[in-house]
Amino acid sequence: MPEQAKITEMQKSPQARTSDIAPFKSMLAQHDLKLERQNTATLQINMGFLCNQTCRHCHLNAGPGRTENMDARTLKAVVDYAQRCRFETIDITGGAPELNPLLPDLIQQISPLTPRSMLRSNLSALNQQMNRLLDVLTYHRVVIVASFPSLNLSQTDAQRGEGIFEESIAVLKKLNAVGYGCDGSGLELNLVSNPTGAFMPPDQEQVEKRYHQILAQKWGLTFNHLFNFANVPLGRFKQWLIQTGNYEAYLQKLVASFNPCAVEGLMCRSQVSVSWDGYLYDCDFNLARGLYMCGRKIHVSEMSGPPEPGTPIVSADHCYTCAAGSGFT
Amino acid sequence: METYYKPEDLPRFEEIGKDAPELARKFFDYYNAVFADGELSEREKALIALAVAHTVQCPYCIDAYTQACLEKGSNLAEMTEAVHVVTAIRGGASLVHGVQMRNIADKLSM
Repeated sequence: MPEQAKITEMQKSPQARTSDIAPFKSMLAQHDLKLERQNTATLQINMGFLCNQTCRHCHLNAGPGRTENMDARTLKAVVDYAQRCRFETIDITGGAPELNPLLPDLIQQISPLTPRSMLRSNLSALNQQMNRLLDVLTYHRVVIVASFPSLNLSQTDAQRGEGIFEESIAVLKKLNAVGYGCDGSGLELNLVSNPTGAFMPPDQEQVEKRYHQILAQKWGLTFNHLFNFANVPLGRFKQWLIQTGNYEAYLQKLVASFNPCAVEGLMCRSQVSVSWDGYLYDCDFNLARGLYMCGRKIHVSEMSGPPEPGTPIVSADHCYTCAAGSGFT
Repeated sequence: METYYKPEDLPRFEEIGKDAPELARKFFDYYNAVFADGELSEREKALIALAVAHTVQCPYCIDAYTQACLEKGSNLAEMTEAVHVVTAIRGGASLVHGVQMRNIADKLSM
């Protein structure tokens, strides 16, 4: 059975039901909160689900077998939209966007349209495409946001695949060598850490300090900032939670960590996410669930401007992840 | 199977305050103050707690502080080393008493 079909089946299974979890919407109502759009400052572009890794926490089931990839026609529609809206930030993600042959074109076309363009990278895909991409990334001063879940080899490899930790260290060295993550270079390198299991992430400030210290001490590496994100119970991560009997407890943990103050700053309020096929979502997690922005299929080419402030955001129980603790950006 | 230790009892810890609320309040206030960030970080304190949990062999504490260590950003290598520290001290504490054994034996022996 193909992986996507297996996962869909798992998600329908009785084990996946969480009868005693309050729906996210009712939790918001309980705190007299509404999840609505503010001004949309960020355009997130998902270039496709193809990835060289099959990470166990991936909410999109991205992997080497996925064929969904942004084509030139959709790319043009996305660039035209960025031209119409002039977003403050453009955030390129995947899958592994490096594996889409159109990535250099996208960077070249969108960089003049925004003061800040970002590439989310798993590092190993960047390593494969380094010769093709490094010049364009440095020339356009694209911020690299790199996955680096743990300072520990076995935990990293358990989540992301064998050999990934050492390869990631090697790639960070290469990036530092061209100035990424180094003071005064203008080349920003940020790391993203996800828990390597069914537990919540540590305090961001403390863990960032520790990453700076250990990466410098052990490997002589520098970076700008570390972001700590909880894993979203969707896709392959949800499958893993169910298979290991952790699903219910993990959801309960997310619900128990609900922070009403985090709702104000949720990323979905100020960004719009466009999928590889050009359709719009409030965030990448709703994309994973197939929950379209405004509850209907809207193609990027139909949009004359950013979504209107006050537009309701489509939510579901996975939204507990972003509203847990200090929130998700 | 019935057992004295049930995982679902751990979140019920605060029920201990039902018949002695003032003592429980004092204990939990103190407990929370102990584990707050201080000269030692919350992460370091959780590692110490994990080590002590193995010393007192409390299944509740091992469960709670394994999760706490992971959530404070410790990794399995660090947590395993913490358990070896416990083992070294516990083993060392037995072994160092061997000096007493030898003293007594020396006194009694020709």
